[in-house]
Amino acid sequence: MTARAPKAARGAIAICAISLASLAWGAESRIHVIDVDGLAFGPASEVLHVNDIVEWVNQDMFRHTATASDGSFDIDLPTGGKGRTTLRQAGVVSYFCRFHPGMKDRLEVAP
Amino acid sequence: MEHRRTLGVAQKITVNLGRSFVLGAALCVAGSLAMAGTMAKLNDAQIAHIAYTAGKIDVEAATLALKMTHNPAVKAFAEEMERDHASVNKHALVLVETLKMKPEDNDTSKALVVAATQKRQELSKLSGAAFDSAYIQNEVTYHQTVNGALEGTLIPDAQNSELKAFLKTGLKLFKEHQMHAERLVNELPRSLAR
Repeated sequence: MTARAPKAARGAIAICAISLASLAWGAESRIHVIDVDGLAFGPASEVLHVNDIVEWVNQDMFRHTATASDGSFDIDLPTGGKGRTTLRQAGVVSYFCRFHPGMKDRLEVAP
Repeated sequence: MEHRRTLGVAQKITVNLGRSFVLGAALCVAGSLAMAGTMAKLNDAQIAHIAYTAGKIDVEAATLALKMTHNPAVKAFAEEMERDHASVNKHALVLVETLKMKPEDNDTSKALVVAATQKRQELSKLSGAAFDSAYIQNEVTYHQTVNGALEGTLIPDAQNSELKAFLKTGLKLFKEHQMHAERLVNELPRSLAR
């Protein structure tokens, strides 16, 4: 397993992508960590691919969710908690926090 | 000059509330916060007290709602208010301790408590859909009012940079709550019809 350093950081927001062991068919999957802080989702600066994993880490003082508009995931993020989803399809997925409607972002997933 | 600036903010808050659906106690809250703009300039200890009191009031309103409501959407909203405002106030206490600041009770905080007590008494007399509707509408109005006071008076007047930054975080959160409450006002008739 190799690790990549965070590509970009904005304030308390940090993103990192970690290479994982290859999947059965040989494609490399990675974990993309998105910090949630200051009532905002951090940007996914790495290119996302099908079968990559996105992990949200809640650094904020409030409970949040990462909820896909298309219903593909709904992850509860208690304070200090984390949650993951595996990206199964290429395309754009918008997501939001169910508790704080102004918190919105999107994942752009390449094949 | 400073007095004239804050008076203008207070008038704006009152006018905005005058146009809203909820009168009575909500106007009392507006009056209380308007007072923050018209009285002599607040010091940081008083500003911290007002902000803490405003959060505590909304926790108490949420506690009442959780006892009264049977609507899942209203219950979820009240749980969010209770959780978020309690978290802000917990962090506020840590901040004032770090800053060695003793929050100072003041006329605005006192008036807020009186108005909130009156509003809770009003709400307690309602039940079912009437309670849900009145609670959520009051949440819209209350957050609008507090946000107006934070933006117009409390944040500009705060001298300590950490307190000012904390109040800005509070404003961001309260705006989220206002949006959530406004959305619920539109959704509530449908959810009540189910």
